[in-house]
Amino acid sequence: MTPPTAETGRDGAKSRSGRTGGVVGRPPWVLVLPAVAGAAFLVLPLAGLLVRAPWSTMAVRLAEPQVLQALRLSLVTATLATFICLLLGVPLAWLLARAVFPGRRLLRALITVPLVLPPVVGGVALLLVLGRRGLVGQWLDAAFGVTLPFTTAGVVVAEAFVAMPFLVISVEGALRAADTRLEEAAATLGASRWTVFRRVTLPLVAPGIMAGAVLCWARALGEFGATITFAGNFPGQTQTMPLAVYLALETDPEAAIVLSLVLLTVSVVILASLRDKWTSTS
Amino acid sequence: MFRRLSRWAVTAPLAFTLAAALSGCGSSTPATTSAAPSSSSGGATTVTVFAAASLTGTFTELGKTFEAANPGTSVKFNFGSSATLAQQIVQGAPADVFAAASPATMKTVTDASLAAAPTTFVRNKLQIAVPADNPAKVDDLKDLADPKVKVALCAAQVPCGAAAAKALEAAGLKVTPVTLEQDVKATLTKVELGEVDAALVYRTDVLASAGKVKGIDFPEADKAINDYPIAALSKAPAPEAAKKFVDLVLSPQGKDVLTKAGFEAP
Repeated sequence: MTPPTAETGRDGAKSRSGRTGGVVGRPPWVLVLPAVAGAAFLVLPLAGLLVRAPWSTMAVRLAEPQVLQALRLSLVTATLATFICLLLGVPLAWLLARAVFPGRRLLRALITVPLVLPPVVGGVALLLVLGRRGLVGQWLDAAFGVTLPFTTAGVVVAEAFVAMPFLVISVEGALRAADTRLEEAAATLGASRWTVFRRVTLPLVAPGIMAGAVLCWARALGEFGATITFAGNFPGQTQTMPLAVYLALETDPEAAIVLSLVLLTVSVVILASLRDKWTSTS
Repeated sequence: MFRRLSRWAVTAPLAFTLAAALSGCGSSTPATTSAAPSSSSGGATTVTVFAAASLTGTFTELGKTFEAANPGTSVKFNFGSSATLAQQIVQGAPADVFAAASPATMKTVTDASLAAAPTTFVRNKLQIAVPADNPAKVDDLKDLADPKVKVALCAAQVPCGAAAAKALEAAGLKVTPVTLEQDVKATLTKVELGEVDAALVYRTDVLASAGKVKGIDFPEADKAINDYPIAALSKAPAPEAAKKFVDLVLSPQGKDVLTKAGFEAP
């Protein structure tokens, strides 16, 4: 509801309604109809899970230690993967949006490879590079005795590989949409490029980074194919929730439903609380 | 330009909604089922066979034989983990024949009264698979218990994992694998790439890898032989063709193809 005082200042009212999405008149049905269909399409499978969930045995199933173990592993690995993606992905997005160099277009296209690649193929590709006999992996093994497959670190690597494009694309989009005049102004006032990035660019695209990080985290949390292929599946070590769900589905679909619901609930709660915290500050 | 774009933006979602509404009518086919529904329209019959992943090579060959012997009939396959296939059939996937890698997964289907009297058509035995150069010098089952040897096993939920557990139990060995793979092919891939030193897989998988991995027989494998049952499904859309396909698999010709791939006669 727009307060009546805003009506007096025409410009004020306009910008306010534009920002909060206040609607003048009824929303057109050509938008509402597909929107409702779209929401139903996305939400109905969740309803399916809720309807078929074995509520009577839920408590017993949730108490199984493997559930908590897999959930904790999922949350820890997805969060670590998101941090790695932020550390490497934000500079990469900046490079793509602000720097001029030959092959930039090609690089941008190559960055989407993990999006297009079926995750299982991504996992095989990771094995070929970082595996015990991989291009880089054999050297890691010989020099440091480090092998990534079948370790929790391997899970993080697989998740980061699949999730990073989501962050890079979001942040690059935010950088392109951001007003470069502010950066130019800072530069003319004598700020170095690094200072401009830190003091002007970063705060400017913070919402884009946050959105990218959320997408990235969610993708990492649900990652299955690359993880099971590259890191394998062992309870407590590499068995994340999606892997546990997949294997439960083989013999006990009800257990799979319970695990899926746990994963969904936890992720929705985390994402919703993040979002609230975040929109209230902006 | 803008006008056209906006019109498209309006009609596209509507068309999609319509298509979704039409195709969603009363079918509960799981999305993962790649096989199209069998139909006998216009004289052309399609027989849809759901078969365990380990039968991919042999059944594809038998499918060609079947099509050659029955003009106008085509065979469609849905290969996958037996447990997944069984779930899909129970959920109403339009299959004519089910060939499973274990009696337990077939039981899921017979318990739902969707098939009667399955026949065991082959048996499969485990082997130790090692990379061609065998870096950990594995030569029998007890080497797998060495903590320095990286071992991949199938997860207990899938037939090859159940068989592996049985064989290890028969040998009185405790093996701690680095990974419990979701199916036998994934387990084999880890050996092929040299990521593990050894794995327990089926003889047929070792043979199919054509020299990329080496197979080692071990006596306890006899305690964990896997029976493969096959059945024509009672709700088969093409019941006659289904029966014919099962007959082909059970025929001497079928047996010949299967034993050549490393399966044993029941």
